Amino acid sequence: MTVWERLRPYSMVAPAIIVFAMFFIYPIFYMMYLSLFDWNFVSPTKTFVGIQNFVDLLSEPDFRKVLSNTTLYTVLTVTLTTGLSLFMAIWLNRSGFFYGLVQGAIFSPHIISLVSISLLWSWLMDPEYGLLNWVIGLFGFGKLEWLSHPSTSLISLVIVAVWKGLGYNTLVFIAGLQSIPQDIYEAASLDRSRPWTTFTRLILPMLSPTIFFLVIINLIGSFQVFETIAIMTQGGPVNSTNTLVYYIYEAGFRFFKIGYASAAGVILLFIVGILTIVYFRLLSSRVHYR
Amino acid sequence: MAQIELIGICKKYKEETVIQDLNLTIRDGSFTVLVGPSGCGKSTTLRMVAGLERQTAGDILIDGQRVNDTPPGLRDVAMVFQNYALYPTMTVRGNIEFGLKNRGVSRKERERLISDISEIVGLGPYLDKKPQNLSGGQRQRVALARAMVKQPKVFILDEPLSNLDAKLRNQMRTELIQLHERLGTTFVYVTHDQVEAMSMGDEIVVMNEGAVQQADSPMKLYEQPANLFTAQFIGTPAMNIMKVGDIKGLRVQPESGAYHVGFRPEHAQINPDTPVEGLVLEGDILTRESLGAEHIYQIRSKAGAFFVKTFLKPLVTAERVRIAVPHGHLYYFSLNGSRVETSGGANEKTPSRQLIAGGV
Repeated sequence: MTVWERLRPYSMVAPAIIVFAMFFIYPIFYMMYLSLFDWNFVSPTKTFVGIQNFVDLLSEPDFRKVLSNTTLYTVLTVTLTTGLSLFMAIWLNRSGFFYGLVQGAIFSPHIISLVSISLLWSWLMDPEYGLLNWVIGLFGFGKLEWLSHPSTSLISLVIVAVWKGLGYNTLVFIAGLQSIPQDIYEAASLDRSRPWTTFTRLILPMLSPTIFFLVIINLIGSFQVFETIAIMTQGGPVNSTNTLVYYIYEAGFRFFKIGYASAAGVILLFIVGILTIVYFRLLSSRVHYR
Repeated sequence: MAQIELIGICKKYKEETVIQDLNLTIRDGSFTVLVGPSGCGKSTTLRMVAGLERQTAGDILIDGQRVNDTPPGLRDVAMVFQNYALYPTMTVRGNIEFGLKNRGVSRKERERLISDISEIVGLGPYLDKKPQNLSGGQRQRVALARAMVKQPKVFILDEPLSNLDAKLRNQMRTELIQLHERLGTTFVYVTHDQVEAMSMGDEIVVMNEGAVQQADSPMKLYEQPANLFTAQFIGTPAMNIMKVGDIKGLRVQPESGAYHVGFRPEHAQINPDTPVEGLVLEGDILTRESLGAEHIYQIRSKAGAFFVKTFLKPLVTAERVRIAVPHGHLYYFSLNGSRVETSGGANEKTPSRQLIAGGV
C-alpha cells in the first residue's frame, strides 16, 4: 500500500472534518477553556479563576430562576407542539382543497423569520391596542397583560413558539401517517377495532419514530430559545422570561463577563447533552422501527 | 358458513363505472375464485363483500342477511390481504389475538384458540416474534391464522400468494385447499392467475371489464367456454382463434352466425397418421418450446399464427407441418364473441370434403 492509498480516505473527508473542527469542536473547547477565566473580552490579560465562575453561577438566585424558566418553557412548548400537531395531522390527513389550504396556512409561519414573528406578536399581544385583547374583550373577558406581566409572559412566549412550530410538526406527522399502509386500517376494521383502539394500539406505535424525532428536535430547539425573548421581552418582566441562552448573551455581550458566560454555556451544553443521551437510552428501545 | 349473494351490484368511482349490474351467487362452503385481468373489478367485488368499499347500487346478502349497511367488523368476514397487512407493532400472538380481544373473548379462551390455530398453521415457535422478523411464507401463515381464529362465516383472500416465490406458492396452494376442506367455510379467492384459479377453485368466476363472463366449475370452463374471452383466458397457451372466413374448406351453417373458430393447442394433431375430420391447416413452425414432457410449437399458417401443444411425443423437427383438429374440439363464436353451436359441416361426412379442408 502506497502512502497515497493510505492517506486517500482521510484526504477525502478532510474538508468536512476541518470545517466541523473549526466551527464546532474548537469553539466548544475554547468555551470550556474560557469558563475557567475572568475576562472582559478586550483586556489583554485573562485571569485564571478555576471553577469560581461555576460556583458563582450556581449560587446566583437569578441563574436558578433562568434554569427553571427554561425547563418550564421547554416542557410546555414540546408537549403542546407535539400534541397539537399530532391532532392537526390526523384531522388534515385527507385530500381536498380545504385541507390543503389549512395545511399551507399553518405551515407558513415556518418560513417567516423569527424577528418578524416576534414583532408581529408583540403588536398582537399589546395590552392596550393589541388584537388579542380586543378579541377576548368581544367575549366579555377582561384584558390580559400578556408579555408585560410575570404570570403570563412565559406562556405568551410558548404560544408564539407553538404557533411557529405547529405547521412543520404537522407536516412531518402527516408524512408519518401516510407511510402507514391503508390495508392496516382495513385489517383493523375487519378485526372490529374501535377508532380509539386503532389509534392507541396501531397508529401511535407506528408513529413512534416520528414522535421520537420531533420531540428531540423540539427539545433541543426550545432549550436554546433566544430570538423571541431578545425582541419581545428582553428576559423581563422581573426575569420571568429570562432563559439560558438569553442569560448567556447578556452576561457575555452586555456585561462582558466572558468567563462567566462561558461557564453558563458549558452548563447548557451539559444539560442538552444529558437530556439527549437519557432520551435516547430510555426511549429508543420503545420506538418501533420498520 | 354462508352463501353470498350479489344482486344488481354497480360500482362507480366518480364518473368511471367499474362494475355494472353484477349478479352472482357464491355457494355456501364453496371455494370460489374470482379471476380476470387486472382492472376487471374482481378485487373491488371482493372488497365490497368485505365491506371495505361501498357499492353504488345493489344489494349484498351474506347468509340471507342484507349487509349493505353493516360495518366490515360485523359482517363475520375475515380477509387475507395481498401484502398480509399484519400489524407491525405487535407480535405474532398480538396479531392473532387483536380481533379476539376486540370481540371481548376471555383470556383463557383466547389462549386456547391461539394455541390451536398456531398448531394448525405451524407458527408455534414464532408466536413472540414481530412480523418483520418472519419470512414471506411465515407472514402468510400469520395472516391466515389471524383470519381463521375469528371463525368467520366467509373467508376472503385477495391475491394472497402473489408475493411468494414459485415453490412456496405451490406449497401454500395445496395447504389452502386442505384448509378449505378442513374448515368447510365459504372461501372467496381473488387472483389474476388462471392456473391458480383452475387448480384451487371448485367454482370459478371469470370477470372482465366489470362484468361476469362465466361462472362455472373448472372443467366446464375449460370444456364449454361461454364466450371468446373465457375461451382465451383459460388454458396455457390460450385457445387459438381464427376467422372462419380465412380457412378454406371449413364449412359452417351460415345461419349459426359463427364468425370465429377456436381450438385448444393441446387438441391439434401434428401430421396425423390417419385422416382427421375437422379443421386442417398447413404451416411453418416458427418456434419450439420444449418443457420436457410437453412441447409447444408456434406455427404460422396463412390463417394466422397459432400454438400447438403435444404431450410425451418426440419433438417435431420438420419445418413445414400439417395440423388437424377434429370437429369435436372446435369451438365457434359469433362476431360479438358469444359462443354459437354449429354442426360445422360435421354431418357432411364425405372424404372429398376432408381433402378440400386444408391450409389456404
